[in-house]
Amino acid sequence: MISNNIEASGPKPKHLTIGRIGLYFFIITCALFFLMPLYVMIITSLKDMDEIRSGNLLYIPQKLSYYSWPKAWSEACTGFICEGLRPGLINSLKITIPSVIVSVTLGAINGYALAFWRFKGAYFFFGLCLFGAFIPYQVMVYPLLKIESAIGIYSSLPGIILVHTIFGMPILTLIFRNFYSSLPIDLFKAARIDGGNFLKIFFYVIIPMSAPITIVAVILQVTGIWNDFLLGLVFAGRDNQPMTVLLNNIVQVKFGVVEYNVDMAATILTSILPLAVYLLSGRWFVRGIAAGAIKG
Amino acid sequence: MNFTKNIAAKIALLPMIIISLTVFVGCIIYSFVYSLTGSKLIPALNYVGFSQYERLFKSRKWDVAVENIFIYGFVFTISCLVIGFLLAVLIDQKIRGESLFRTIFLYPYAMSFVVTGLVWKWVLNPTYGIEHSMHLWGFTWFELDWLVNRDLAIYAVCIAAVWQGAGFVMVLMLAGLRGIDEDIWKSLSIEGIPKWKSYIFVILPMIRPMVITSLVLIAAGVVKVYDLILALTSGGPGYSTTTPAMYVMENFFSRANLGQAFAASIIMFISVVCILAPWAYYEFYFRNKEAKV
Repeated sequence: MISNNIEASGPKPKHLTIGRIGLYFFIITCALFFLMPLYVMIITSLKDMDEIRSGNLLYIPQKLSYYSWPKAWSEACTGFICEGLRPGLINSLKITIPSVIVSVTLGAINGYALAFWRFKGAYFFFGLCLFGAFIPYQVMVYPLLKIESAIGIYSSLPGIILVHTIFGMPILTLIFRNFYSSLPIDLFKAARIDGGNFLKIFFYVIIPMSAPITIVAVILQVTGIWNDFLLGLVFAGRDNQPMTVLLNNIVQVKFGVVEYNVDMAATILTSILPLAVYLLSGRWFVRGIAAGAIKG
Repeated sequence: MNFTKNIAAKIALLPMIIISLTVFVGCIIYSFVYSLTGSKLIPALNYVGFSQYERLFKSRKWDVAVENIFIYGFVFTISCLVIGFLLAVLIDQKIRGESLFRTIFLYPYAMSFVVTGLVWKWVLNPTYGIEHSMHLWGFTWFELDWLVNRDLAIYAVCIAAVWQGAGFVMVLMLAGLRGIDEDIWKSLSIEGIPKWKSYIFVILPMIRPMVITSLVLIAAGVVKVYDLILALTSGGPGYSTTTPAMYVMENFFSRANLGQAFAASIIMFISVVCILAPWAYYEFYFRNKEAKV
């Protein structure tokens, strides 16, 4: 198995050679390219429209103007409704928090049952579930919509939460199963001898050991669900539109003057949460990627 | 088989089993059945054979969509792998500020496709974007009108997608590179093989599993591309950057042409299976066999 440790080992070279100067030059150039859109996003949101029209995209604002931020937050229009992104933030929170809790719990239970309580046929369904991760959403969107309408939860908060739970299930089941499979099996056997049953062992033995993988799973789901657009658009309904959908509606407005500074402020507002999660979680985010990609 | 044996686990896995069967399998069957009907606004069981598929393959718009997904898939996948590998190799040179660079290369991956699309839409704006900056700097010959150019708009989508996805490949490749034993590097340097040669001819084959995993994950994402294009070009100019996913969504939700949408979605599904099948075969069958030998 390939390690999912990506930290460097060994000392760093002490002397700068021509080759290494070239290396640094190249990697810094790459870094500037990657940072450019973020930089442009931030400075554009701090310029007024005159400066945007006449000035250089890449220059810092000559005169700071902040009005685009409150406007993006609470006044920008989508169609005839001018409430900005604020309702989207609340909706996104209302969607993300329960979806993360439900989907991670389900993933943990699935992973636990698959790792320790295998029964005949369980792995067939596990395979089927993993296969689900690769089916394009477009194949499932309409039939799923029909199923949800039949149950009566289409276009509602429970509806979108269920959808996120369904589409998060394959990857979460996989990473929890892999994690639990890597735990020492003797631990489980000892708990069995002590008379533990399915639930008892889960609560008293497994959950206390699940912190690292749960952090990984939560980060994966928080960013994934927050950034979702398609499912929110189809399943959340008009009253629960997440931030990404509102953002797109605000920016793609077909009439009126286009205010690029407001658009960029709105774009930043939408990406603050996933960016913060990414920056604060650091190594855990990377682990999430590795956990999803590496099979145990 | 004793049904009550291990009953708790069976109950616990019930949601997974139900979802797998009804959603993952059920939806495919549902879509396939209705792709054989002439459903318009509501699903109806009026059987029309494969005429939806015939119509689909005759559609000019679908042609463009398929052509786009091939261009996008090819350019995006190759660029992501090459740039991701290159970045991983750079990072692997024991450089200073390594974690800072890693953070910079990966942050776009934390953002929404919609955000990526909208940012690049602004950066590539033909009137006020990079082109304008270059003109102000005196490079008046500089042209970057990709977003309004029918032939080039799809490449603008590729740039935005690579910007977002390259860091992901970098992380996977870096995990592979960091798993390489120090002794291998030592023996390579004793042999006097130049570093770049070692990377391409020795190390790259050694991290083949990582390369294949990246390739599969990236390729499986290609077929799904939707939000990014919607935000960046809305499928335009005209319908020059439309993709199969957009074709499906349009026929479902704005053109009320369900049969057509189902047929297109089934073709999408089949193409994903075609990408996955060789990999799945290699992973689960070939490898098991190899392990036994």
